[in-house]
Amino acid sequence: MTKKNIPEDKNKRDFLQVSTYALGAVGAASFVWPLINQMNPAADTLALASTEVDLEQLEEGQAITVTWRGKPVFIRHRTKEEIASAKDQLLDGLRDPQTDEERVQNEKYIVLVGVCTHLGCVPLGQKSGDVKGEYGGWFCPCHGSHYDHSGRIRKGPAPTNLEIPQYSFLSDTLIKIG
Amino acid sequence: MSKPKFKNPVVNWIDYRLPIFTFMNHELNEYPTPKNLNYFWNFGSLAGITLVIMIVTGIVLSMNYTAHIDYAFDSVERIMRDVNHGWLLRYIHMNGASFFFIVVYIHIFRGLYYGSYKAPREILWILGVLILLLMMATAFMGYVLPWGQMSFWGATVITNLFSAIPFIGESIVTWLWGGFSVDNPTLNRFFSLHFVLPFVIVGVVILHLVALHRFGSNNPIGIDVKGKQDTVPFHPYYTIKDLFGLSVFATIFAAAVFFFPNFMGHPDNYIPANPMVTPAHIVPEWYFLPFYAILRAIPDKLGGVLFMFGAIMVLFVLPWLDKSSVRSSQFRPLYKLFFWFLVIDCIALGYLGAMPAEGIYVVLSRLATAYYFFHFLIILPLLPKIESTRPLPVSISTPIITASSNASTVMAMREKK
Repeated sequence: MTKKNIPEDKNKRDFLQVSTYALGAVGAASFVWPLINQMNPAADTLALASTEVDLEQLEEGQAITVTWRGKPVFIRHRTKEEIASAKDQLLDGLRDPQTDEERVQNEKYIVLVGVCTHLGCVPLGQKSGDVKGEYGGWFCPCHGSHYDHSGRIRKGPAPTNLEIPQYSFLSDTLIKIG
Repeated sequence: MSKPKFKNPVVNWIDYRLPIFTFMNHELNEYPTPKNLNYFWNFGSLAGITLVIMIVTGIVLSMNYTAHIDYAFDSVERIMRDVNHGWLLRYIHMNGASFFFIVVYIHIFRGLYYGSYKAPREILWILGVLILLLMMATAFMGYVLPWGQMSFWGATVITNLFSAIPFIGESIVTWLWGGFSVDNPTLNRFFSLHFVLPFVIVGVVILHLVALHRFGSNNPIGIDVKGKQDTVPFHPYYTIKDLFGLSVFATIFAAAVFFFPNFMGHPDNYIPANPMVTPAHIVPEWYFLPFYAILRAIPDKLGGVLFMFGAIMVLFVLPWLDKSSVRSSQFRPLYKLFFWFLVIDCIALGYLGAMPAEGIYVVLSRLATAYYFFHFLIILPLLPKIESTRPLPVSISTPIITASSNASTVMAMREKK
């Protein structure tokens, strides 16, 4: 009787042990998740979603910076030469190949998140006296990334082009970001 | 209770029930310590004392600080101007961070020079590297709290390092921020973590001390203690030596606090944080500069981050990279040479981290970074194969007795004159 019972008992104990550990692990994980997830953006942070900007006063060659989700958004009214140079650029030499058409809705206005894709600094180039870098667009002073008229990365450590936020034209000169 | 250990009967009564006095007597009084320790062995206790200074000043500063983006900068200025002795407490805390790193870096280089990381002290060393990592995290988050321009942009750049992780990087950064940029949720959590991490450090320091007292201190000639003749009791010999070192340290620390309180800081951090404008030249605090130079030396984002963390990770495995059985560089002529090359290399990296990332500085940073890893990954494992070490003394006492008998001859001759 004992000979027969020992392996059965062992199996039963193994099962109890494994199921206890498993349940304990699931319980611990389901308690840890709220502790981790509370650090993700809260509902009110997510609610600050959109900004409307009127571009009527923005003359050719001028740029403005607006705030969206706590980040700067660059809007530049490009000159004809700037548009031409952005369009004529061949995609071969680009680190993050994108045509200018893919990056604008209305070729006069380029809208970009003004945050360098390297480590998050705000590039220079919005004010008239700013250093605009070797490609005439924007230049990040932190670690030396150069962006062109389309906000594409051309030189320096940044891995990707300046991000394009989600936006739409409500009228010819009124845009909604977000 | 066989026989009373202590004269005071109350102490004896307590000790019988809670052997705290026996413990202190054992670890702080009669604790046998090699008798040949030099002043480089002061920096462990100095680091411990600095940690206590940081915790004490930090707790009182937190009583006057407001962790909110609209009030943080002003609350720090209020501490400086209106709170009684607030300027003193803040300057002690601010400079204390720098001095903590000075002391700890000397402590680490002492360990490198005398081979203190070798068997059986590997875990002691690993715990030390862990303390360094925790200190870096704590110091970084503390620097964010005044919410000046360098606070904000330092936080932005450093948290963005995690965006280099493939696929999940962006989500991790959003999680760290609690939003879409460094903002109020970020400041709040950094304050909370900056408050709690020092106590975690205290915990790891206790483990560091337990591991230390298992085999006792290493010593300048790096050979094991052979018996009682090689040691002296910790008290009064090393308590008094540590106290003397502390008074020298406190003098220099006080000079910085009272006469050059902003020497090691950056003036831009007295400009309130502005998320729309990045300062022209972002530099971290001086104690991060060597690592920052490594980050910028690598022309790839993920690569830079990996090499920067790798510079610390390599220290964790150091006990297994250096295969030489001789600990102290006093008996390793080649290692001694390379040790000093490493010191120069680290200072060079610190200098290059402060310079703009362009022209000759980029080239030099790359060379210095390459040499740093070359030292740990190539030189140290290969060195024992080509190095002929000098003969080790028989015991710790031997060189001391020879030296002291020479000294007593000199004394005797002087007396004759």
